[in-house]
Amino acid sequence: MCLAIPVRVIELLPEQMAKVSLDGVSKTISTALVDNVAVGDYVILHVGFALSKVDAEEAERTLAMIRNIAEDAP
Amino acid sequence: MKYVDEFRDGELARGMARRLAKIVRPDRDYRFMEFCGGHTHAISRYGLEDLLPTNVRMIHGPGCPVCVLPIGRIDAAIELARKPEIILCTYADLMRVPASGGDSLLKAKAAGADIRMVYSTLDALRIAETEPQRQVVFFAIGFETTTPPTALAIRLAARKQLSNFSVFCNHVLTPAAMRAILTSKDDRVELDGFVGPSHVSAVIGVTPYRFVATEFEKPLVVTGFEPLDVMQAIVMLTTQVNEGRCEIENQYGRAVSPQGNLKAQAEIADIFDLRESFEWRGLGEVPASALRLRETYAQFDAERRFAVETPVARDNPACECGAILRGAKRPHDCKLFGTVCTPETPIGSCMVSSEGACAAQWTYRRFDEPTREERMAS
Repeated sequence: MCLAIPVRVIELLPEQMAKVSLDGVSKTISTALVDNVAVGDYVILHVGFALSKVDAEEAERTLAMIRNIAEDAP
Repeated sequence: MKYVDEFRDGELARGMARRLAKIVRPDRDYRFMEFCGGHTHAISRYGLEDLLPTNVRMIHGPGCPVCVLPIGRIDAAIELARKPEIILCTYADLMRVPASGGDSLLKAKAAGADIRMVYSTLDALRIAETEPQRQVVFFAIGFETTTPPTALAIRLAARKQLSNFSVFCNHVLTPAAMRAILTSKDDRVELDGFVGPSHVSAVIGVTPYRFVATEFEKPLVVTGFEPLDVMQAIVMLTTQVNEGRCEIENQYGRAVSPQGNLKAQAEIADIFDLRESFEWRGLGEVPASALRLRETYAQFDAERRFAVETPVARDNPACECGAILRGAKRPHDCKLFGTVCTPETPIGSCMVSSEGACAAQWTYRRFDEPTREERMAS
């Protein structure tokens, strides 16, 4: 029910809609809840709406922390 | 898939498990509740419980909107759908939920009711525009994630002056349910911390959970839904417990900001206000835990438009969904689990929704022997 997935914006459409690519499948979604969406952005998609943008730097930071935990680095 | 595959690396997960085994104290238990059904599903699907030290236990919470919706509300939706002028639009998750007398939306549809599965609230709106001679009712359920899409549909319907669109609103609130778990009178579960749902926080932010730390002195980590996200959250919670800290931390910074999505919050606040109380399966009546349409938008409220009555309906008396939703029992404790109640023939809601604790257990771990401790307990 609350499943949401990161998808890439491939085209902006009128009326705050956008075309996104979901692992190669394209889908039209609403971006009405998120400001300044640009082509190439990743957004979290939930029941046809973008809920938030994915921050690439934050994702990298989280992965680095995960690697640190796994490699038992302080 | 970018932002998915990297967070599913099994080798890293095993490394994190080794680290966790080093930091847990052998002299105590760690009981963490994953509130959300999406986390329950991820934990089962990726076998995370097998990676955890034996004294770290995950307890399933009530965070599955399909599971906590009381039978009476499904009965009311079926009642609406049987009216010849109504098209009932719903998310697919609700189609197979058992209603009273062995009924379900799927059976009502088979018997001729006009029930249509939609992916988005905008689909329901489109149906209302293309079929002006019919009344379209959207069966709205879900936590804070699905609420802004419902709010937007109502705003658009108002802007387009659609007189044939309304919403049967069952939206519920995560923090209120968490408070209910923490203050539950009967069979309250002892917990050492919470794994918080990140998609809810993408909307509401992190601050609404502050009471969990300040009032109840429990740590909470807002967590993504990939297996490495969950593992990291468990490490963060364990560290907090070891250091005697109770803080609200955010593991999912890549899509959750501390204040959340202000635009979505404004949409919700404009369209909805709080119900005094709402019934939850497993938790009973929970004060200030659900939303209804504001007076300004009363004409889009299906409950007012069609004078909907919510009948008092009983769950199957043998079904343990209620206690399972509170985290007080596990699927294996239910006599019906895996015998008459399976995903093909669900008796209780926790078996219908793929995110329900019973469905997750049945799908991924049904051949697990209960541990000695569990056998002693039952």
